[in-house]
Amino acid sequence: MITKSRLHIPRPTARPGDEPDFSYLELSPAGSVDKPAIGSRTRDIEYLSSGLVRVLDDDFEAKGPWDPNLDAKQLQVALRWMMLTRALDDRMWQIQRQGRISFYMQSLGEEAVSIAQGMALRPGDMCFPSYRNQGLYLYRGVKLVDMMCQCLSNTRDMCKGRQLPVMYHSKAGNVFTISGNLATQFPQAVGWAMASAIKGEDHIAASWVGDGSTAEADFHHALTFAAVYQAPVILNVVNNQWAISTFQGTAGGQRRAFAARGLGLGIPGIRVDGNDLLAIYSATLWAADRARRGGGPTLIELVTYRGGPHSTSDDPSKYRPKDEWESFPLGDPLERLKQHLIIRGDWSEEKHEKLWKQLVSDVQLAWKEAQKSGTMTEGPFLDPATMFEDVYAEMPANLESQRRRMLEVLGGE
Amino acid sequence: MAQMNMIEAIRSAHDVMMEKDPTVVVLGEDVGYFGGVFRCTDGLQRKYGDHRVIDAPIAEGGIIAAAIGMGVNGLRPVAEIQFADYIYPGFDQIVSELARLRYRSSGEFFSPVTIRTPSGGGIRGGQTHSQSPEALFAHVSGIKVVMPSNPYDAKGLLISAIESDDPVVFFEPKRIYNGPFDGDPEKPGVSWASHPKGEVPEGYYTVPLGSAEVVLPGEELTIVTYGTLVHVAIAAAKETGIDCEVIDVRTMSPLDVKTLADSVKKTGRCMIAHEATRFGGYGAELAATLQKECFYQLEAPIGRVGGWDTPYPHAFEWQYFPGLKRLSAGIRRMMEAE
Repeated sequence: MITKSRLHIPRPTARPGDEPDFSYLELSPAGSVDKPAIGSRTRDIEYLSSGLVRVLDDDFEAKGPWDPNLDAKQLQVALRWMMLTRALDDRMWQIQRQGRISFYMQSLGEEAVSIAQGMALRPGDMCFPSYRNQGLYLYRGVKLVDMMCQCLSNTRDMCKGRQLPVMYHSKAGNVFTISGNLATQFPQAVGWAMASAIKGEDHIAASWVGDGSTAEADFHHALTFAAVYQAPVILNVVNNQWAISTFQGTAGGQRRAFAARGLGLGIPGIRVDGNDLLAIYSATLWAADRARRGGGPTLIELVTYRGGPHSTSDDPSKYRPKDEWESFPLGDPLERLKQHLIIRGDWSEEKHEKLWKQLVSDVQLAWKEAQKSGTMTEGPFLDPATMFEDVYAEMPANLESQRRRMLEVLGGE
Repeated sequence: MAQMNMIEAIRSAHDVMMEKDPTVVVLGEDVGYFGGVFRCTDGLQRKYGDHRVIDAPIAEGGIIAAAIGMGVNGLRPVAEIQFADYIYPGFDQIVSELARLRYRSSGEFFSPVTIRTPSGGGIRGGQTHSQSPEALFAHVSGIKVVMPSNPYDAKGLLISAIESDDPVVFFEPKRIYNGPFDGDPEKPGVSWASHPKGEVPEGYYTVPLGSAEVVLPGEELTIVTYGTLVHVAIAAAKETGIDCEVIDVRTMSPLDVKTLADSVKKTGRCMIAHEATRFGGYGAELAATLQKECFYQLEAPIGRVGGWDTPYPHAFEWQYFPGLKRLSAGIRRMMEAE
């Protein structure tokens, strides 16, 4: 027998024109994965990284030990935040298509991640999000109009026109500034968490990356530092199956689940149904409690699906089946929570329709308000001289002189 | 006042700041129990505990990222990168993150990290333990870049760096950790004991960032330099008998243009000397700036002496290093120019 080395080139199960095929996704029935004690040793709970923690079953019933037993009010509030996120994304997507903002990224299909985790964390916990966590900013108090003004780079833009749309920040809400470079926030979150422990505080940090950027060195730095110092941090991998055009196998998802990436370092991993708000909430609370009690980091993989294009600059019909999302076995997180509430008797199609209309109207009103602070074509406009501010704590002489030169040559003020 | 070499002065700066400000923490490879491969943090862990002086895994990107996160959470981290040659795995965290947090969040977030790193050659370090990458960092808006040339400045500048709310990359010319070096490797080493700047106050003081210093007054020619080459420049002035004014830049960014330009306007001649490779080096920025500021007073083209545009070779260190012979030859030629 002749043997030769041969490369494995990862290929997705379906490309445009093919039948969607999610046979590669390993699923566990809702309620079937045990919930261990907070203080369990990592080696005793490795099963959490290969199973799939699910609470909502296919009939939208809550099942098993991870059911957080949230009351109707809490669930309705969660649903409302997910709906608001989707309503904002819908509108901003259209607005970009009309050429009124330069760029946008929606979180369609992934709304449960930000809302469930936002709910499970405490206000003093620090979030280091990725660019698809807009729900976190909303949940933590950033107003719709301020999100929109950021996307418009107008006079009310929190970033003063310095960042691409969706690169928000909120000091008041403890949500970090989005970089635009991938995974850089992951080890920073670990440093933040280390500082919290050094100061003797019980705040924890949480960070999010996609399946694709787990390949970055920063991801591995974060895991190493978190494991070495047992930092109080939750490291989340949002596995939405696609990193622009490369599927999760290109980042190494074919051999083992992303949740298992930390096992070699002794970091427990939990693989969670990322479209199940109850499961995400519960797993996050487990990890947060563990971190707060000195149990160190947890890696959570949220299995979900990127319902839309990567961004407004992307065309997924070139690389994946058009109807792939409809076949995704974990469904739509918003629809699943809605149906769960309905079968509990705590919600109805009518109430849902009414709330959706209300939220769409809120978004529309916010858009009107946002435009008062300027659009890409209509003033008021940001003063370009502000571009020289905030480079340093105080403006050094060379920037002051460049600022004057710019104003002399290009006018202004 | 106490006699200190540069290592002791840097250690003292840490000590003073850790005593004064409980948010100051130190992290890096070998900095804790062992006290650093160059001993700059020796004794600090014993004094301040292992939660404030932290031995880090060998991951420069992780060290800088963790420091950024700590800084965002109210600490004032001093991160040591063991050799400047090892800083590149952390480059993205410095350039894309540390330098821009304040800007991209309109001042809401910032991280007052100081990154200390030994740089420069002349220690038989070969091409991975001898580099001078200051130009790469001076090119980046949002960080300050510093290189002291003596113990007194090292301590005062490091305290300023730690207190600064802006991130600072602090290069330590390791060839002169233990004593000034005039660029002649044949001479026996000298200690800082006989040097006036080896006299260092034991307590708190600062040398402000962004200020250059005239270290040797003169009338005929200005040598603008920093780090190890400050001492080579003084030796070259002595050897050639040319009445040189030697200026120690001390802070590459922000640059103290006035001190440099005043001198060049006075002397009419300017030689720039640094150890780093010349092409695209920091000297090019100095030359362009001084040419613009002093054009009508110049009596000769601005000259540059630097490392050759090759990697730093192990066996030919003294052919590579812009030492006394090369700098003296350079300024002699410049004096011949009409």
